[in-house]
Formats: sequence, structure tokens, C-alpha cells
Amino acid sequence: ATSGCRTGVASRQPRQESFEQAPMYVAVMTYLGFGIVTLFGYLRDFLRAVGLEKCHLAQEREEQKDFVPLYQDFENFYTRNLYMRVRDNWNRPICSLPGPVFDLMERVSDDYNWTFRLTGGTIHNAINMGSYNYLGFAENNADFLKTVADKTRQYGVGVGSTRQEIGNLGIHEELEQLVANFLRVESSMTFGMGFATNSMNIPALVGKGCLILSDELNHTSLILGARLSGALIRVFKHNNMHSLEKMLREAISSGQPRTHRPWKKILIMVEGIYSMEGSLVRLPEIVALKKKYKAYLYLDEAHSIGAVGPTGRGVTELFNVNPSDVDVMMGTFTKSFGAAGGYIAGKKELVDYLRSHSHSAVYATAMSPPVTEQIIRAMKCIMGKDGSTEGIRRIHKLAENTRYFRARLKEMGFIIYGNDDSPVVPILLYMPGKVVAFAREMLERKIGVVVVGFPATPITEARARFCLSAAHTKAMLNQVLHHMNEVGDHLCLKFSRLKYSSCPNLHDEKDFELGS
Amino acid sequence: MNFKNLREYLSWLYYQYLLITGIYVLEPWEKSIFNSILFSAIAMVIYTSYVFVPIHVRLALEFFSKIFGGQPESTMALMN
Repeated sequence: ATSGCRTGVASRQPRQESFEQAPMYVAVMTYLGFGIVTLFGYLRDFLRAVGLEKCHLAQEREEQKDFVPLYQDFENFYTRNLYMRVRDNWNRPICSLPGPVFDLMERVSDDYNWTFRLTGGTIHNAINMGSYNYLGFAENNADFLKTVADKTRQYGVGVGSTRQEIGNLGIHEELEQLVANFLRVESSMTFGMGFATNSMNIPALVGKGCLILSDELNHTSLILGARLSGALIRVFKHNNMHSLEKMLREAISSGQPRTHRPWKKILIMVEGIYSMEGSLVRLPEIVALKKKYKAYLYLDEAHSIGAVGPTGRGVTELFNVNPSDVDVMMGTFTKSFGAAGGYIAGKKELVDYLRSHSHSAVYATAMSPPVTEQIIRAMKCIMGKDGSTEGIRRIHKLAENTRYFRARLKEMGFIIYGNDDSPVVPILLYMPGKVVAFAREMLERKIGVVVVGFPATPITEARARFCLSAAHTKAMLNQVLHHMNEVGDHLCLKFSRLKYSSCPNLHDEKDFELGS
Repeated sequence: MNFKNLREYLSWLYYQYLLITGIYVLEPWEKSIFNSILFSAIAMVIYTSYVFVPIHVRLALEFFSKIFGGQPESTMALMN
């Protein structure tokens, strides 16, 4: 009952989003750390060029030494000298279901991470804080997966054709109907891969002569789709409505760049939850702007579908926005549904157009039947159509876990980005040495975390990203928080300068003192 | 954090130094090179300050005392 009231409050006024800045000395130390490692990178490159050291990565052949150099740009330098030193923290092999706990394969390196060797041992029951498993549907319980097994027996695993040719199964139509019901729109279409949904469908919707206004922190799939389409792309500051409005006014008043003709279409591309920041989109304001300036809205709900909203229907439900106000609703099934693939939903004319004009629909193989059935059963569970309250229970558990985890971390003194409702929790670590040490320490304590550094985030804002799940029990979260506290003290990671009153009963509103 | 003895505290301080300067990610021989360069730079700074700072401080004190020390004499001369 309490959580019901809470989510009612949330839909009326979205919580505070905080992006606290670290003290100045942290930025100085981050640059210092990068500077020193870069100097040593130059030293090692010199040794490799002179021949005192063997080069383990690709090198040009002797005959090509006079040509334009291939491996001297910053990206290659960074990979050779910074990433390779510490790459034991990424690509760790997993040998079990990526549920709330998982097993990792032990691997060691004898030559400072140039090559790895599996020892044969396993790290059992490490707590998984990195997988996108928001509602806990990544499970291998035989009862829950009974329908998936049945459909596999009925249809097999491979479809062997595209949707347009002979790969349109009855189960695909059932899924699309269900997705349209779930999102409360007219019609929807599903695709086999989430990344391909964005990158292959945006070119079908916009083309030359159109304008795309894309948020600063959009995902690569959106950027790739926008670039492929040939439309002009303008980037507005992250979640900044003034910047967006200014761009809209400029675009409409001056038209296309040289001819000054009016734009054929203006498409605003935003995401529901931005996975690197944990921030939520400002949907009501964007819908108001879109209606005022007659633009179209493309909403990518990859992380927010199933994970936010009182009944898991995403940001439209959270902000009480009519789903028909959003022209193109896109999402993926990878994160909250434990499957793979993506969908595009909206008006019937839009979806019918995409069925024949989208590259993904025409050329990509159709979604595999067991995956389709997994999405159907997960969606039915969330909607309550399978007759149990399991779905609602999971959604409430996720919301509870999110609130608890974020509140406790803030209390401890870490800098957390993003909205209080978002199950993606980025913790800022800043310095390259600390990022690596954090990942290794947490693994020693049997907690698997994902740390992200330079190419995916700005160079001074390296972070660890926690993805909460409805399958995490309070005991698991408490264990993680206990270890975070210890590691935070040991590595000096508690940079926050804001004060939060600690409340024993975490269902009450907290005292926020947002000074700096 | 509880440190059982001074040795543990010093080793934690060294760990912080490794993390902050980014040396933590380097190979041991690179760590030794950086530590020796830093140590020799600090040693040179200490030696230079040991040799020159007392002389400079003495000269500065003399300079300032001449300015303030000169004042009472001239006022006395004016009064007389």
C-alpha cells in the first residue's frame, strides 16, 4: 500500500535528479593520473619502435613503414598503453545463468594482461550487479519456462527466413498484438535485434531534407541510425529544454541550410532512461514543445520499459503522458524481459509503412520462436494475464530495491548520478587507478560489477554502473552495500559533500539539502 | 578503518599514492622508475632548501628590520 502511494506521488512530480560535481582536487588528480600513464605510454611506444620490446598488437609490415601510419591515432595509443594494462576487468567469462547470482571462470595472466589463461577454477555465487535483469526474468526455473519449451518443440529454434518472405509465424503476430496492448497503442512491430531496430528503422522514417534533434547522450544505435538516414543532425544539451526550444525555433525560422526551404520533418530523438547517467527524460515538457512546434518524437525506451512506472509500462506511464502523443515508441526486450530483440510501436499507418520499408523487416531473419515465447510469457506476467500477481510483485520489488539502494549509497557519501526512480545507478570513481582497483576488490569479495571508463564516458568521469534487479533480495543488497562501504573507505571513494539525514524507516521522504 | 599498527597505515598511504598518481596500473619496473625519479626530485628539493633557506630567511629578516627599525630613530630625531 505504501509503495502504491509513493508511485502516485512520483507521477505528479518527478524526483530530483542530481549530478553533483566532485571537489576540484579530484579533477586535478584524475588528469595527473592520466598524464603520468600517458607519459609511460610514450616511453613504451618508444621502446617498441626501437626494438627493445616486442609489440603484441598489430603493426605495419616493413614495406608499409613509409605509408600513412595506421596505428598512431589516439584511439590505438589508448588501447595499446592504457586499456591493455587493465583489461582483466572486462570480458570476464561467465559460466552460469546471468541471474542475481552467477558463476565466473577464473582467469589469470602471466604477461600483464596481453594473454589470459583459464585456471579451471570457478568463482561460485558472485552477486551480479551488472546484468540488465531489471525484473528478474533471466531465470531457468523449469515451471516458468514450460511454455518456452513447448514452443521450441513446436516451431524449432531457427526460423530460416525473413518476416517478409516466409518467416512470419503466428507467434510473431501474437507478440505484436500483445506489445500493442501492453503499450496502449494501435499497433507494433518486433525485430530480432535491439540495436538493429534503431539503426535500421530510423533511415526508413527520415531522409534527406529532414532534421533530427538528438540528445547529447544518445546511444550509439540512435546515432548510427541518424547518420545512415542522411538527415541533418543537430545535438541539444542533455535534458535541456531551453537548448531544444532554441534549436527548434532556429530550425523552423531559417529552414534548410542553403535553400531555406521548410524542413520535411523534424524528429526529436530521446531515450527513456539514459544508461550511463541514470537520468530520466523530461517527457511532459518535450511533448509540449513537440505539439507547439509540430515536430515528431522518437522515444527509445530500451532501459525504461518494464522497469519504471506503476505497472511497468515505461516513462509514458510514469509521467502520465498519453502514449498516442509519442509518435514512435521504440524499446528493446533485452533488459526487462530477459530475451533479445526490439519493437517499434505507434499508429497503424506508421507500423504498416515500416513493415514494407524498413531494412530490418525486409532483410533480417525473424525472431527465434523460444525468444518470442519468452517475451510473450514475460509480458503476460507483467500485465497479470497469466492469473498471478507475480508481475506486479516484481515491479514493486524493483522500485523498492532502487529506492533503498540509492538512498543507502547516498547516505554513505558516494556521488551517484541520476533520478531516484531509475534502476541504473552510476557511481562516480573518477581516477583511472581507482576504477581498476575498485573492480578488482569487488571481484575478490565475490561481487561482479561493470566499470566504464574513457571512450564510453567523458575522460574525467569514469564510473561503476550498477543495474538493480527485482531478483535481488534485501540480504544481497545489504551484502553489496556492506562491501561498498568497506571498499569506499579503503580506496577513499566517498567524494560527496552533500548531507543526507539518515532515516531508519526508509519509506519516509528524505531531507535533501542540495547546497552546492 | 582500523589500523593495527603504523606499518599497516603506511602501506595504506602508499596504496593511496599508487592509486592517485595512476602508477597502480603500471608494471613493477615502471613503478620503480617513477618512484626513483620522484624520490630524487624530492631529495634535491630538500637538500636545496637545507642549504639556501636559512640564508634567505636571515637576509629577509635583516631587510624588513631595517625598514621598521629605521622608523623609531627618525621620529626621535624629529621630536628632538
